[in-house]
Amino acid sequence: MTSRVSAITWNTFREAVRDRVLYNLVLFVLLLVGSAPLFSQISIGLEKLMLVNVGLSSISLFGVIIAIFIGIGLVSKEIEKKTLYTILSRPVRRWEFIVGKYLGLLLTLAVNAILMAVGFYAALLIFVHGLTAADAGLLVAIYFIILQFMMMIAITLLFSTFSTPIFSAIFAFALFVIGTFGNDLKNLAAMSKGANKWLITTASYVLPNFASLNVISQAAHDQSVGGQMILLNTGYALCYSIAVTVAAILIFERRNLK
Amino acid sequence: MGMYAIEIQGLSKNYAVGFWKKQIRPALKSLDLKVDVGETFGFLGPNGAGKTTTLKLLMGIIFPTAGSATILGKDLFDPEIKRKIGFLPEQPYFYDYLSAPELLDYYARLSGVSASVRRQRITDLLGRVGLDDVGNKQLRKFSKGMLQRVGIAQAIIHDPEVVFLDEPMSGLDPLGRHEIRELIQQLKDEGKTIFFSTHILSDAETLCDRVAVIHKGELRGVGVVNDFRSSIAEKTEIVWVGAAALSATAQLALEHHVTGDTVRATVQSADLDRVLEKLREQRARLISVTPVHRTLEEYFLAKTREEEKEVVPK
Amino acid sequence: MTHQGKVTAICAVLFVILFVGSIVSRRRVEAVNGSQATLDEVLYLPSGKSIKKLSLGYSSLLADIYWTRAVQYFGAQHIGSAAHYELLSPLLDITTDLDPNLIVAYDTGSIFLSQKQPDGAGQPDKAAALVEKGIRANPANWRLYFTLGFIHYTDRHDPKAAQLAFQKGSEIPGALPWMKAMAARMAERADDPATAASLWQTIYDTTKDTGLKDTAVRHLTSLRVESELNELERRTKVYFDRHNAYPEEWSDLVRDGLLRGVPVDPNGAPYTLRLDGTVRVQNPKDFPYLERHKPPAK
Repeated sequence: MTSRVSAITWNTFREAVRDRVLYNLVLFVLLLVGSAPLFSQISIGLEKLMLVNVGLSSISLFGVIIAIFIGIGLVSKEIEKKTLYTILSRPVRRWEFIVGKYLGLLLTLAVNAILMAVGFYAALLIFVHGLTAADAGLLVAIYFIILQFMMMIAITLLFSTFSTPIFSAIFAFALFVIGTFGNDLKNLAAMSKGANKWLITTASYVLPNFASLNVISQAAHDQSVGGQMILLNTGYALCYSIAVTVAAILIFERRNLK
Repeated sequence: MGMYAIEIQGLSKNYAVGFWKKQIRPALKSLDLKVDVGETFGFLGPNGAGKTTTLKLLMGIIFPTAGSATILGKDLFDPEIKRKIGFLPEQPYFYDYLSAPELLDYYARLSGVSASVRRQRITDLLGRVGLDDVGNKQLRKFSKGMLQRVGIAQAIIHDPEVVFLDEPMSGLDPLGRHEIRELIQQLKDEGKTIFFSTHILSDAETLCDRVAVIHKGELRGVGVVNDFRSSIAEKTEIVWVGAAALSATAQLALEHHVTGDTVRATVQSADLDRVLEKLREQRARLISVTPVHRTLEEYFLAKTREEEKEVVPK
Repeated sequence: MTHQGKVTAICAVLFVILFVGSIVSRRRVEAVNGSQATLDEVLYLPSGKSIKKLSLGYSSLLADIYWTRAVQYFGAQHIGSAAHYELLSPLLDITTDLDPNLIVAYDTGSIFLSQKQPDGAGQPDKAAALVEKGIRANPANWRLYFTLGFIHYTDRHDPKAAQLAFQKGSEIPGALPWMKAMAARMAERADDPATAASLWQTIYDTTKDTGLKDTAVRHLTSLRVESELNELERRTKVYFDRHNAYPEEWSDLVRDGLLRGVPVDPNGAPYTLRLDGTVRVQNPKDFPYLERHKPPAK
């Protein structure tokens, strides 16, 4: 079982690499290197703040875009191209296929994020002249970004099992935006009454919440994130991602392919 | 052993079509079939007859509306049975960013081929299908014929007992088809059970032990190929010169063609002597007398032209 | 069970467990975080104007979101009696930068800002500045002048500035006549509780925020008590003038024809007659907004 899942994971990663997805790193480096000198012109003393904001936001945004672009095709492309026929004729369980695809994309994004982190720290070193102990806090922000990826991948994978790429992209992007305002949705639920309250509360739990995973501002201001927060957020991201992936498996298991 | 390589019972597949998905289109109607171990079985039918649907059902790509099937005695939904079967889909598409060895390695892993034998087997197999010189070229650069060979390779990389081929010759030039035929013959000699669908009758005639004819989702008949070859000719074809003699034999001739003074007629073999008598009386000059064997083509055409046996369910 | 059946059963169970798990962990995150922590970013945002540029044309939607956050934040502080409202002013600033025409952020938001703690942030100067910002962006809105005047009078204790505000507001076409009347009151009867009462009554009548309505009711009740206390003290003075001594009990005043019965406050508790002729409420906690008849400081 694990050898099949790991074979699919590795193959998914390989496909992303050969599709030249990792070239986005070049864009990222250019962005950082190009914009960093501008920061000191905008406001002295805030270079680090702005570099951290731009750097971390880029890592997050680039990753989510890749998650959507590759995620929407994870399953639908294999159905479309009929490459799934030769997979399903083998002792591969359908759920192993889903899990392998998920882990493959997660691996891709994690590698992407780590490489970006390296570039980001290098930029900090060069432009801000030195790292402090507090900079380890940036790692927490990056870790939270990877948790965000975990959830986004599960979402795009779910859509990929039953929807066409265009709709998957639209829904996934919409969920990302709504998820960014997850806390506001919760507030809205708290302020409404009656049947509306139930509806909105349910929606706020079903929809992902990326708001509490966004610690970029805190990181930019050298504010550390507590250990309990890290644990709880990890728990949330894991539960949500696995639940959505399981839903994807449920759909895929009974799907008649073309 | 008592078990069949493939046993299909009442296998049916209906599709819901139409805008509201209310209409039912039956793609396969209650198929019953048994294939023996070691047999090469041809699954014949015109396009859209239900051949690919049957194969997709057997592979678990789509789910049956009714009925069941077993392969080597195990239910087809048992994932472990997949270790013993290989599948070549119609006009296959493979991951085009991989090279042939990478593709075979991937599939070999998924089929549970152990690491120790994998590499050697891939090399051997590539040689066997005539692809030993492709190196690390990506599959996107392969020709159709090369892809078909890769397809056969991935179907047998794990040394399965039963091999399913869907239109294995499609799109190949005569040389390619010859080579694939050779390969299938080799697999046959190794004792594998082969189930292949095609609409090219000559291939079926050459390779298969038995054939089934399917049309509009229904099994129309199952025949033994050898029977067609060795059957006693029911008809005889006579060619002679002397069109005038035709009138005397007209009643007995099942059909005839006249070109100038040459007549080609088909008669029942039982009437052969009488016709030859008549022709001698008429002083016709005999050119040839040839027994006509019932061909697979005839069988095929006969079966596909029969009226449908069941009313389409609403 | 078939292979597919097994997988389905396991998946269904897993899904339920994990989904519940996600709800539980999320609630714990919010409990630990307070929904406040993400609001702290408000302190770090460069300015509302730069956010406006980033919001790609959806700035009024974003303004609504920030206004909602401001209301939630205010409500949470209020209820939790945390009584530290530092983020309110930045939130309102960003909201109004994103959508300068979001009137409710100016008129209701500024009152949240200006009210004394724990009812509000206790920042009347900032509140006045916010309303003035709103007036600049919405010059035809005369009701904002009312809010400005209200803040000047109630929380900044500057009836002159209040009068100016009401005056200017009354000159805008469409302004209702009572704006002029309000300006006049500011000039002549600034100390009269009736003046404050009419202000609060207007607030009660025009605001849509239920919290503010409740606050207005409480102020109105206190003002009514205030004027009743004033009137009762006037009558004890009359009694003193007649008898050269202050009344000892309410019945003294009744016998004198100055009262018809024991006077009670809006809650039904009798007023307390003190020996020096002053009148107080029995339970000061019921009427927290009394200005001149506050209980003696302990």
